[in-house]
Amino acid sequence: MTLASVDTYLSRRHRLATNRTSWLERILEIRAVEETIAKLFTDGLVRGSTHTCQGQEAIAVGVALALDPSDSVVGTYRGHGIALALGLTPTAVLGEVLGRKSGSIMGLGGSMHLSEPSIGLLPTMAIVGAGIPIAAGLAFAAQVEKTNRVAVAIFGDGASNIGAFHEGINLAAIWDLPVIFVCENNLYGEYSPLHTTTPITDIANRAASYNIPGHVVDGQDVEAVKSALDTAIARARGGAGPTLLEMKTYRFSGHSRSDPAQYRPDGELDSWLARDPLKILIDRLLQNGELDTPGLEELEKTTARRVESDLEQVLKDPPPDTADLFRYVYTSDI
Amino acid sequence: MQRMRMRQAVVAALRDAMRDDQKVVVIGEDVAAAGGVFKTTEGLVQEFGVERVRDTPISEMGFLGAGVGAAMAGLRPVVEVMFVEFMGVAMDQLLTEAAKMRFLAAGRLSVPLVVRASIGAGLGFGAQHSQTLETWIMGTPGVKLAVASGSASAYGLLRAAIRDPDPVVILEPRRLYAQWEEFEPSDYDSMTLGSSRKLRDGSDVTIVALGGTVPSVMEGTDTKDWSADVIDLSSVVPWDKEAVLESVRRTRRLVTVEENPLTGGWGTEVVAHVCREAFGDLENPPFRITAPDTPIPFAQNLEAQWVPGVTYIKNQLDEFMATGRVPQPWWNREQTA
Repeated sequence: MTLASVDTYLSRRHRLATNRTSWLERILEIRAVEETIAKLFTDGLVRGSTHTCQGQEAIAVGVALALDPSDSVVGTYRGHGIALALGLTPTAVLGEVLGRKSGSIMGLGGSMHLSEPSIGLLPTMAIVGAGIPIAAGLAFAAQVEKTNRVAVAIFGDGASNIGAFHEGINLAAIWDLPVIFVCENNLYGEYSPLHTTTPITDIANRAASYNIPGHVVDGQDVEAVKSALDTAIARARGGAGPTLLEMKTYRFSGHSRSDPAQYRPDGELDSWLARDPLKILIDRLLQNGELDTPGLEELEKTTARRVESDLEQVLKDPPPDTADLFRYVYTSDI
Repeated sequence: MQRMRMRQAVVAALRDAMRDDQKVVVIGEDVAAAGGVFKTTEGLVQEFGVERVRDTPISEMGFLGAGVGAAMAGLRPVVEVMFVEFMGVAMDQLLTEAAKMRFLAAGRLSVPLVVRASIGAGLGFGAQHSQTLETWIMGTPGVKLAVASGSASAYGLLRAAIRDPDPVVILEPRRLYAQWEEFEPSDYDSMTLGSSRKLRDGSDVTIVALGGTVPSVMEGTDTKDWSADVIDLSSVVPWDKEAVLESVRRTRRLVTVEENPLTGGWGTEVVAHVCREAFGDLENPPFRITAPDTPIPFAQNLEAQWVPGVTYIKNQLDEFMATGRVPQPWWNREQTA
C-alpha cells in the first residue's frame, strides 16, 4: 500500500489543465471509477450507501479547471467526481469507499466523506445544504485575510429548499463574499421529481431575492461550466460578491445504490444519454481533430486499465487501525 | 486586581484575544453597532473595525455555519448565539459539521471555532429563553463545552476556548452578567479547558456545581454544621475527573447541583464515573440536586422554585448529611403530600 502525497494530487490537478484531451481523460476516469464503485456495491463487496455521479462529470471537471488549488470546494455526498477532478487519486476514492487505510481519510469516512484540503477538497458533506453556509465562511476568511481566494459550494437542486441555502446565500450576499454557489440540478431530490418539491424550474431565479447574479448553465458541457465559473470567480475575486450558477444536468443512475430510479418517465434517460458529457466532449475533440478514433480507443482502454489495477491494489490494502479511531477527534487527547 | 461585571469580563477576554491574534473575529446578532444585547461585545467594533466584528442577520444556521467555514480556513471566529435555545436552529452546523470536520479530514484540518451563548433561568424569560442545555451538546464527541460561573471564570474560559484548536462552546449564565467579581485577568490567561476550580475546602461532602449553581452552592454551603468541598466543574467536555475523584475519596460523599431537568443532566456522567471508579469509597449514595422534568415556567413563584436555589440546596444537603439518605426532590414531596 502506498499513500499518495500532496505532490501527486497537485500534479494531477495541473495535468487536468493540459489540454482538452486531458479533460476527457479525467471524465473517463470519473466514469470508470463510478461504474467500478456501482459494481462493488452490487457485488456486495462494500457496506453502507453510495451516490454516484455518472452524467454529471462535466460539472466536476469544469469547476476544477476554473479554480486554483488554494481555493476551496465544499461538495456533497455525491462527491467522487469533484474529488477526482480536483486531483484526488482513484486509489484514494476507492480506498475510502472500501474502508481501507489507502482511502482519502483512511476509511474513517466512507463513500460520502472524501477530503484533501491541500487541493481545496474540504470534507464532502452528507447533510443536504450544510456546505452552503460553510462555503460562505471560507469566503469570509478569504475576505478578512485578503487572500484573494474563493470558495465554491456544490449542492443539488434539493438543497435549494433547505434553510441553509437561504441563510448561507443571504449572508454571502450582504457581505459580498467571494463564493460561488454551484447548484447541480439533476431534476430529482432523492426519489422526487423537482416539480413535486419546488415551485420553479430554474433554481437560478432564486438569486434574484439575494440581489446577486444567477445563471442557468449547460452542465453537460465542460466548456460552458468552466466559462460560467470563470466569470463568477473573476467577479468574486474582484470583490463584487457571490454568484449562483445552476447547472442543468442529469444523473444516469438512481439517487443511491438502493434506488433503481423506476420513477423516471419513459424516454427521459435516453434523451439525457444523448447529452452525455462524455459524448459531447468526444464529438467536439474528434470534429476539431484534437483526437482521432484510435487515440480515443487507446485513452479509454488505458484509463479503464488504470482504474482496474488501482482497484486490484486497494482490495489488498489493509483497513484502518484501532488507534486511527481516536487520533482525529480532537487535536490532542482530552 | 480588577473589579468587573461578568459581561465586562467577556468583553475583556474578547478584546485581549483580538489584540493578541489578528485571526480572532467576532460575529453574531447585534454584536457590532449595538455592542451585544447583553453588552458582551461593547466597544469591540470601535477598536477592531467592521472587518473583524460583524453584525449578522437573524439566521443562526447561516452565521454559525459561516463560523465553521471561517475556522476551517484558519480564522478564529467567536460566534455569539444570543440565547442558547437559538442554537437549536444551528445544531447541524455545530454537532454534525464542526464536531466532525477534523475526523472527516483525518486530522488535515481543524476547526478553532468558539460559540458563546447565554443560558439559564431566573429572569422571567419563559420556557424558550431560560434553559441551560448542556445536555444538547455534551453527548457529541468533537466539541468541547465549558460554563462560566462568574467574571474570572468567564474571562479565563473564553481565553482558553479562543486558544483551543478545536470547536468549543462557552455557556454564560445570563443572571450573572451583571454580577461583580474582583480578579486579576493575567492570573486567568492560562486557565485550561477541562480543569475544575476548587472554591471551598471541606471534608464531609464533595459538592460539584456548574455555571449558575456555583454562587448558590457557595452560599448554601456556608455553614458550620458540616464542611463541604466545593468544586466548580467549569468544563463539561472534557471534565476534571481527577479532581472530583480525589475529593470524593476524601469526603466519601458526592452531590451534584445542576440547573437542568433531572433527566440526562451533566451530573449523571459525574455520578456514574464516581460510582465506577470509587464506589467502595462512598459512605452514602451519591445524588443529584436538579430541576424537575418540566419546561421552565414564567410566573415568578414557579420559576424561583424550578431553579435549585440557595435554600433548597441547603435543605437538601442538611437532610442528606443528617440522615445519610438521599432526600426526595421537592416535586416528589409536594405530589405525595
